Amino acid sequence: MIRFDNVSKSYPKQNRPALREVSLEIEKGEFVFLVGSSGSGKSTFLRLILREERASTGQVHVLGKDLARLSNWKVPHMRRQLGTVFQDFRLLPNKTVAQNVAFAQEVIGKPRGEIRKAVPQVLDLVGLGGKEDRMPGELSGGEQQRVAIARAFVNRPMLLIADEPTGNLDPQTSVGIMKLLDRINRTGTTVVMATHDQNIVDQMRKRVIELEKGRLVRDQARGVYGYQH
Amino acid sequence: MRAQFVLSEIGVGLRRNLTMTFAVIVSVALSLALFGGALLMREQVNTMKDYWYDKVNVSIYLCTKADATNGDKCAKGAVTAEQKKQIEADLKKLSIVENVYYESAEEAFGRYQEQYGDTAIASVITPDQMPESFRVKLKDPEKYKVVATAFEGRDGIESVQDQRNILETLFNMMRSVNYAAVALMLLMLVIALMLIINTVRVSAFSRRRETGIMRLVGASSFYIQMPFIMEAAFSGLIGGAFACVLLVAGRYLLVDHGLNLAEQMPLVNFIGWDVVLAQLPLVIVIGLLMPSVAAFIALRKYLKV
Repeated sequence: MIRFDNVSKSYPKQNRPALREVSLEIEKGEFVFLVGSSGSGKSTFLRLILREERASTGQVHVLGKDLARLSNWKVPHMRRQLGTVFQDFRLLPNKTVAQNVAFAQEVIGKPRGEIRKAVPQVLDLVGLGGKEDRMPGELSGGEQQRVAIARAFVNRPMLLIADEPTGNLDPQTSVGIMKLLDRINRTGTTVVMATHDQNIVDQMRKRVIELEKGRLVRDQARGVYGYQH
Repeated sequence: MRAQFVLSEIGVGLRRNLTMTFAVIVSVALSLALFGGALLMREQVNTMKDYWYDKVNVSIYLCTKADATNGDKCAKGAVTAEQKKQIEADLKKLSIVENVYYESAEEAFGRYQEQYGDTAIASVITPDQMPESFRVKLKDPEKYKVVATAFEGRDGIESVQDQRNILETLFNMMRSVNYAAVALMLLMLVIALMLIINTVRVSAFSRRRETGIMRLVGASSFYIQMPFIMEAAFSGLIGGAFACVLLVAGRYLLVDHGLNLAEQMPLVNFIGWDVVLAQLPLVIVIGLLMPSVAAFIALRKYLKV
């Protein structure tokens, strides 16, 4: 599903590389936590998977494709097989819940009939049945994140990338979001989630990958957030 | 791609940027009107050239009785029938001469009356004051000098005139106006392009949320850029339409009504409506393409896809 071979990434005007010789493999259907302090390279790691950045050296394979050799115009096609969720939800404030989810299908040219079927289905799945016509501003943070997850999942991606999805939520709401992500993972979708949330990582007991100053320092099945905490 | 979705996006974008859109439309309209005007001016010069160069090349004016008394060139008196025959024969012998027409004083008078019939001077002119002349058509109009040196100063000849000289002055003036129009057009074009680029930048910035999401869910760059390009194309199309209106109105007000040059200058045959209308599609197409290309180039910079 995802393979990093000796991947380093340096940004111009920064003397320390953001990632240093990271090698790892994530299998289909896995649930992986990506932990590490700010500036440890988590975001760079995710951006490389999304091909928002290219590796400076080494190879990144996602869904069986070498991203270095993927031409620019094929990138959108690759991204259709990924779903992304962020800390700040990134919903369109002037569209309803249903329109926000439908937007993800409209812009890749899905037929209208298919959209009309898929949107209520996925909203039911994330527990927002009946709130189709609400505006994002009328929803709680947890509900907004559910909309974002619905949008990420509506195209049934093989891989879901979540960048601190619970970062803006209280602990109780976060648990609900994690249950949802777990459910999505059980449908066979690989989930990679960057987080700072110690409780969640410790409770879920999934694979934990820890980065520190750009290096892979821990890769542990059924891990916890960190030894020292 | 679903047209309704794209169209609604364009509508939103244009309304959000109403003042900017208006500025783009005006600058595109002005630059295209100048462009069309310059094209029409060139057509006008060409039409006049074709018309006049075909008719006149060199005129050899013969001495009249009046010339004999007040000019030194015709000191030997008015041209005689003998001299006329000789001149015509000599002209026809020249290999560069294609044709020689003789214009009698009466014909010259008739033509004069026709052109300046209403003016005060026309009423005091009499046929015998008009010079007889030979109108010489050359195979190569540039060879005027040969005729001039051969006949200038000969008995019975008042003057040899290359009528192109008079026309050239006029044409040169028109050409200068044309260059000025083109220069102004280029300036307006640069302004229009900068406005379009800025509009696209503002537009891309105000919709960065949407485009960011589109990018993440894997919309193709064509799909993401389309609304912006269509927006620019739409403004350009409106601008082009305005330019067409300006051109048609310009021809109408200058030639047919208003200044009414068609009646004021009967000697000039103005370009017809067909020529004006023939330019309009070109103006529209450029109005459509130029902003689209500008927007496309601007997007590469301001909209990372």
